[in-house]
Amino acid sequence: MTCIIVDDEATARAVVAKLCKTTMGLDIVEEFSNAIDAMKYLGENTVDVMFLDIHMPTFTGIDLIKTLKDPPLIVMTTSDPQYAIEAFEYESIVDYLVKPITEERFAKTVQKIKGAMDKRSVSPSGKDEKEGGEDLYINIDRRLIKIKMNEILFVEAKGDYIDVNTETESYRVHSTLKKIKEKLPDHTFLQIHRSYIINFNKIIDIEDNSVLIKKSVIPISRSNRPELMRRLNLL
Amino acid sequence: METPNTDYINKLAGDDEDFRAQFISIIKEEFPVEKGEYLNYFNNNELKKAAEVVHKIKHKFNILGMTQAYGLAVDFEEDLKVGKTQLSQDFDAKLVTVENYIKEM
Repeated sequence: MTCIIVDDEATARAVVAKLCKTTMGLDIVEEFSNAIDAMKYLGENTVDVMFLDIHMPTFTGIDLIKTLKDPPLIVMTTSDPQYAIEAFEYESIVDYLVKPITEERFAKTVQKIKGAMDKRSVSPSGKDEKEGGEDLYINIDRRLIKIKMNEILFVEAKGDYIDVNTETESYRVHSTLKKIKEKLPDHTFLQIHRSYIINFNKIIDIEDNSVLIKKSVIPISRSNRPELMRRLNLL
Repeated sequence: METPNTDYINKLAGDDEDFRAQFISIIKEEFPVEKGEYLNYFNNNELKKAAEVVHKIKHKFNILGMTQAYGLAVDFEEDLKVGKTQLSQDFDAKLVTVENYIKEM
């Protein structure tokens, strides 16, 4: 599971990072000292879990949650147990940890995360239920063009536009990666870079920090690499 | 009088000496900055901002096993938010205790 840590105190981030490192399957991909940077990151990247401090100056952990349309699982961290009551008003919050966090308590949190991950993967409303063979309609010059999702090779962000590259055509659409990502099935498509979403089934090979799809070499960002590697059926 | 300790840090680090050293280094770096920020805000009568820094500092008290100091900081943080400063001398004394301890770490 990929995780990020958001806390304005370096000591608090170090504690969570240490506990994650000693736990199998929790992979810290980024750390942030403020919620605004985390918000920007989550606008362009997907993670499974966010460890989030509630009490941060200017823009709090709760403020951050309110901005997220599709939040990851969230574990709130706080020095003040009374803040935890507010935290549980949000569906994506699976647990809260009162500082200083102990190994024993953290182990319970990990169990809760795993339980929540299992629930998400079987949820009827979950994104994983989206079918890969469905059609996607894109608006080009006032025409709605039908594309089979399973024919999409990859999508590339180009400023205010995205290029939807299929086996036969490339369509330039006025949209964002975030918007198309919401329409594409998670089990087939994966964001591997801030500017690229790829169809996982179309990969020819992977070399160092790039993926080859048809004749296109697509970069893999450091933060997205762990999720890509996790999904590979490695021998 | 309550004295700081490294029980929590030791337990967290286990045999990981690198982590222990790195963590102590973060405390040594972070605490003086926070103390300076607190004093600056307090002396300029920016009490709400001072409360924000006390909030951070109380976590250091916790890490260093100072439960009484933590309790004091919790009360002081709330006082500062409503403009009360009576606990400032006691709080300052705790800052000095931690500062001296950190120098020896």
